Amino acid sequence: MKREIPLFVCVVSALAMIIAYYSPKLDWMDDMLQKWFLIIAVFAFILGAISIILVNGNRISKQVPGWGYNVVLLIGLFVTLGLGIFGGIDPKTPFFYIFTYIFTPLSATMFSLLAFFIASAAFRAFKAKTWEATLLLIAAFIVMLGRVPLGELMWSWLPVLKHYSLNNLVENWIMGCFNTAGQRAILLGASVGLISISLKILLGIERPYMGGE
Amino acid sequence: MLNRLLVLIIFAFWAMPAWAQEAAEETAKDVRWFNPDRLPNVIGVLLIGFFVFWYIIHAQSGKKLFIRRIAGLNAIDEAVGRATEMGKSVMYITGLADVDDIQTLASLSILGHVAKKTAEYESNLLVPCCRSVVMTTAQEVCKEAYLRAGRPENFKRENVRYLTDDQFGFVAGVDGIMVREKPAANFYMGTFYAESLILAETGNATGAIQIAGTASSSQLPFFVAACDYTLIGEELYAASAYLSGEPKQVGSLKGQDVGKALILAAIIISTIIITFFPQTHEFIKNTIFKS
Repeated sequence: MKREIPLFVCVVSALAMIIAYYSPKLDWMDDMLQKWFLIIAVFAFILGAISIILVNGNRISKQVPGWGYNVVLLIGLFVTLGLGIFGGIDPKTPFFYIFTYIFTPLSATMFSLLAFFIASAAFRAFKAKTWEATLLLIAAFIVMLGRVPLGELMWSWLPVLKHYSLNNLVENWIMGCFNTAGQRAILLGASVGLISISLKILLGIERPYMGGE
Repeated sequence: MLNRLLVLIIFAFWAMPAWAQEAAEETAKDVRWFNPDRLPNVIGVLLIGFFVFWYIIHAQSGKKLFIRRIAGLNAIDEAVGRATEMGKSVMYITGLADVDDIQTLASLSILGHVAKKTAEYESNLLVPCCRSVVMTTAQEVCKEAYLRAGRPENFKRENVRYLTDDQFGFVAGVDGIMVREKPAANFYMGTFYAESLILAETGNATGAIQIAGTASSSQLPFFVAACDYTLIGEELYAASAYLSGEPKQVGSLKGQDVGKALILAAIIISTIIITFFPQTHEFIKNTIFKS
């Protein structure tokens, strides 16, 4: 029973979702199951909060190196939670100020790191060690030139190539032919894989939701 | 526990008609039983599904099927072994999506294999999660894997922890763990967005061996640039079959290959028709695919 019931719930839910996708008359089943998932997710969210409190509380009680950060995290959690529950989340509330002036800039800071990581990853990826890597480097250089106004200017100085559009070369040929073809090949393979794994889950051959057994 | 679950299920099915009626009143403006616009879709799914199903049955008869070598999956054992030799942890990230995403489910299957290996080698496994439902599922997957490896006492529930639902908050948390604990092997399997390169580059800077796998085509170049091995698209979905080696699972891979061959044939035939017989192309477009 421990295995049969989850399997039964999985098969019934999956069939309902499939039927709802193809039948406009029965698409209410999709909405209903999505609502059920949200309700379950709310309970799991409480488990998530308990996990944060236990892991960080344990580190504080053992005073492991850097435990001060765990204190900051727990204070942040309880203060934000308390302000949100008792003060509301409308504009000009303390919660709103925390969200706008602490949380949003911190998220933007993390996101801005991406620019530097792209530079370091590109530096490693574009080393012309083999002829394939050299082709990649040349293609990347042309695409980068095509994306900036300076590239268009530099292109216009070239004797023969200036008669051809750099934008046309980048957009229509490199990005439109090679890049799109590659992306679609990956997408088609992934879609077939998706159908296969969905079928395996539906038939109970693969059961990752039951501890992988 | 089971009794309570049964009561809940019975209650759910009892409440379903009323709920369904309410939902139906809200949404059922379209009264058709079948949407004909989705006919090509259903034909494609049935056709590929048939081949997958056929090869699953075929594989069960005991005939050995060939699967090509996938370097990224062979490297999993090597990565866990390296972490054990160095006395450091293994980190596994299941992506940013929730458990209703098929990539997350594929990732959880691979997590089961990685957790079993870490249990056998007695190394430490860290699984920071971005979704609380994924955390609870990952805890069960790891617990089961440690049990299968015969070392349930080594499973540490607190190592499978929830960080935050926020994308960049999660990145900050994972990067912090990487910099402080310096895991020797990092696995990124599942759905990733803009954070993929931040995670992979930080892992690279700490000197970890990194294996990534995703079907998010826009993030694949980042993983290829920053990781040692990358599972591209379908390889992520094939991983559990490849690792388990079960005939039923392997059979499904063969069915997938036939599905891809069908798509390839359709692309070649369509290209020939569009190039050399434009009138036939117009006829097919206006009759079969008319919507």
